[in-house]
Amino acid sequence: MINLQESFETKLAGGSKLLVPYVTGGYPNPGWVELVEGCVGVGCDAVEIGLPFSDPVMDGPTIQESSKLALEGGVTAPQVLAKLAKKTFEVPLIAMTYYNIVFRMGHQRFASELAAAGFAGAIIPDLPMEESVDFAADASDSGISNILLGAPTANDDRLAAICEASDGFVYAVGLVGTTGERSELASSSLDIAKRLKSLTDKPVLVGVGVSNPEQAVEIATVADGVIIGSALIRRVLDTGSPSAGVEFIASVREALDAM
Amino acid sequence: MSTTVNQFMGAPDKAGRFGSFGGRFVPETLMPACLELEAAFTDAWQDESFRSEFSHLLSEYAGRPSGLTVCENISEVLGCTLVLKREDLNHTGSHKINNVLGQTLLAKRMGKTRIVAETGAGQHGVATATAAAYFGQECVVYMGEVDIKRQKLNVFRMELLGAEVRPAMSGSRTLKDAVNEAMREWVSSVESTYYCLGSVMGPHPYPYMVREFHRVIGAEAYRQCHEKLGGDPDVVVACVGGGSNAVGIFSGFADTEAELVGVEPIGGAAVGHGVPGVVHGSKSYLCQDEHGQVLEAESVSAGLDYPGVGPEHAHLAEIGRARYESVTDTEVLAAFELLAQTEGIIPALEPAHGLAWIYKAREELAGKTVLLNLSGRGDKDVAQVQAIKAGDAEALETMKS
Ligand SMILES: Cc1ncc(COP(=O)(O)O)c(C=O)c1O
Repeated sequence: MINLQESFETKLAGGSKLLVPYVTGGYPNPGWVELVEGCVGVGCDAVEIGLPFSDPVMDGPTIQESSKLALEGGVTAPQVLAKLAKKTFEVPLIAMTYYNIVFRMGHQRFASELAAAGFAGAIIPDLPMEESVDFAADASDSGISNILLGAPTANDDRLAAICEASDGFVYAVGLVGTTGERSELASSSLDIAKRLKSLTDKPVLVGVGVSNPEQAVEIATVADGVIIGSALIRRVLDTGSPSAGVEFIASVREALDAM
Repeated sequence: MSTTVNQFMGAPDKAGRFGSFGGRFVPETLMPACLELEAAFTDAWQDESFRSEFSHLLSEYAGRPSGLTVCENISEVLGCTLVLKREDLNHTGSHKINNVLGQTLLAKRMGKTRIVAETGAGQHGVATATAAAYFGQECVVYMGEVDIKRQKLNVFRMELLGAEVRPAMSGSRTLKDAVNEAMREWVSSVESTYYCLGSVMGPHPYPYMVREFHRVIGAEAYRQCHEKLGGDPDVVVACVGGGSNAVGIFSGFADTEAELVGVEPIGGAAVGHGVPGVVHGSKSYLCQDEHGQVLEAESVSAGLDYPGVGPEHAHLAEIGRARYESVTDTEVLAAFELLAQTEGIIPALEPAHGLAWIYKAREELAGKTVLLNLSGRGDKDVAQVQAIKAGDAEALETMKS
């Protein structure tokens, strides 16, 4: 199984910037697995797979909509994992879901099913550092990295503790707000990336609000990479087909490679 | 207000846990704000000047102490002695004002000038809009679109008070979704905005802080029961949505022999279904499916139409100090009319749940003294009940059981 941090560090050592798209598991259905494959095909470095939850408080309208459509289609977390378990990807998968999904399944079962489906890490936005100690230990037993988020609202002491506890990489929250596209890059994206980079040697990826290739490039001058969700999902929602999303991710890849 | 030792309803632990429930399950963006709020509340609650300003507001502005009424007429029907704690007589018409005055005073002390709140029945929204008007704070209230329709009067009251009411359009478009939207707004504006949560739910310190602000209900009721009845009631009953009016009155009797009963709507019986889960910042009991998706509650009462419950209730249920019962919408409407016609008191639909259980359990309660927290008055519900009785299709849609 792939170790997340090693895999990222190898790529970074080769001089490339990291690109991690987010795909809602179960949206579009059918088509979401093809969307994941398409993103891998155009050279992303990992894929974040959303396990949809009924009450996603960290998400803005776009990911709320894709989650709702996936759930209305009857998708469940075990189904998403089972579908992915049948495939082999050259890059690590990272689960993104809310804690009740994990808690209901049980930490150990959740982590071992992730591992069985080819996952290397998990991002649980409503499980902050203080609450994540038990889960992080259970996840690690299955080889799953628990990735913590560092937000612009935290002071340096808190960010340092988060960097220390985060496994795999550190997720820099680009702005004070929920996921979603923004026409301008928030200045907080660069600030938080700089602050985290000065505190840790672990890879730092910025997510939340990264909306186009230009913004991705600007962030990547400071950070090790970007996580892009809403800008990808919105294109799929608009067109109903994965290909518009894959093309968009390809354009971000191209821009990052041209840096 | 002296600090008393509470065996059953003391402070949570450092992580905000009541037994195994509670905690702080929020996006990292909000964690510094939760820690800041905890520190600010702890500091204020130890400060005599904050306490006396709060007490002053409760007496001079909210009209406390609220009365305690021994209801002789309905007691004859029930076969037990029914005593009501009259939170319906507070300014703005419910218990919600206690918590709101505490929190808006704290917001002022913290230098926050913008308040965000969620509301179900509109009572917490009205109370927040009221206090914000009083303190000169900007106020935004999220309310589910379904609730906006069934509690029109309260929407207009909030607007009159200068608040902006924003509809929550996602999910069941009721209280759960209003909390989601308020939390998203808080995530987006945490640096300038104070989130005035309306019940004993959410991340620590809210369940603890909101209970402390409502402790006055139980403290007064305890004193009044001893004055008027010569001792403790046998049973203390309260409706449970998030559970703030219930912990308020329970806190006065938790260390007595009185039995504590929380009454949930059957379509939102979080404790009744008894499955632990995590939503809106804390671990508690939660109505959810086998995969952990939160279920939409179904209740005639907008204030109880919520699939979760405050963590301290989960704890009180787990240790067996309180028991939780549920009633149907039909039973609630009958109780609503019964109190109006026997006592001349129109209750809110929420506390009518408490009365509905007392009526249902009257054999078990025969000869006992039963204290019910009448958490609010029914003006806001009159139009909805009128429409239900007239057979209006849309109003009947709100009746599920
Ligand atoms: C009169 C009244 N009672 C009770 C409630 C339920 O809240 P809680 O369970 O927090 O007391 C509400 C909520 O809107 C209410 O308006």
